[in-house]
Amino acid sequence: MPEEPLDPDVDLRDPVQQRELVRHRVSVLGVIALGGGLGALARYGLAQAFPTENGGFPWATFWTNVAGCFLIGVLMVLVTEAWSAHRLVRPFLGVGVLGGFTTFSTYAVEARNLLQPDTVPLAFGYLGGTLAAALLAVLLGHAITRKLVPVEAAV
Amino acid sequence: MTVLLVFLGAAVGAPMRYLTDRAVQSRHQSLFPWGTFTVNLIGCVLLGGLAGAGTALPAAVYSLLGTGFCGALTTYSTFSYETIRLVERQSYFAAAANVVVSVAAGVGAAAFAYEAAHALVG
Repeated sequence: MPEEPLDPDVDLRDPVQQRELVRHRVSVLGVIALGGGLGALARYGLAQAFPTENGGFPWATFWTNVAGCFLIGVLMVLVTEAWSAHRLVRPFLGVGVLGGFTTFSTYAVEARNLLQPDTVPLAFGYLGGTLAAALLAVLLGHAITRKLVPVEAAV
Repeated sequence: MTVLLVFLGAAVGAPMRYLTDRAVQSRHQSLFPWGTFTVNLIGCVLLGGLAGAGTALPAAVYSLLGTGFCGALTTYSTFSYETIRLVERQSYFAAAANVVVSVAAGVGAAAFAYEAAHALVG
């Protein structure tokens, strides 16, 4: 079974990923841009549908990040262990869609907004709660996919 | 219009994350995910500054640079996945350091940039 990379966006220890910009620069960067745009639109749509009230828990960003983490867990098992995935699947879905969908900057700014005298506990609850749920979501996505999808025979 | 600005900003932000990650990785060998840390920190500074500018900033600019570009430049999925992989490799110190340093530096940088922008134009 091939070992999963450390960095799902790009891991230069993998010789295939190391070379992917040499021959396929336009297609790789193109699908990352397209996927990133689509992922960001999904995040924007959720934020519009479930706006955070002033001093309230940022549920839209919370669920966006947790869902994206579950899906990267699923995707990385599929592309490294179960499928012989097309070379553009990881750049499009992993780097693009899921990277564009989830966000660290909004998480940090929302936590900053909650660091007011009245809502300090909520700020730490948001920081720690997102972190714990996101890490669990990656593990859950991994575990469920490994159970449901037959792994390719080791070479 | 807003939808288009978000899309365009993200269509630049996501490839920027990929290219920055590659550039950072090619310059060091350590297990610590410096590439993802770098893009997340830059995104936190930029978004903190945009938020701190408040109403001095046109809404369209915030959609393009904030929601679109910063949102796609930074990533929670890659950050979480890397942390789990470090734990699986029993690199517990790197995993814990990644979590603590990324969150503390990200929030600190966003807060600092927010105050700076607010003092200048807010």
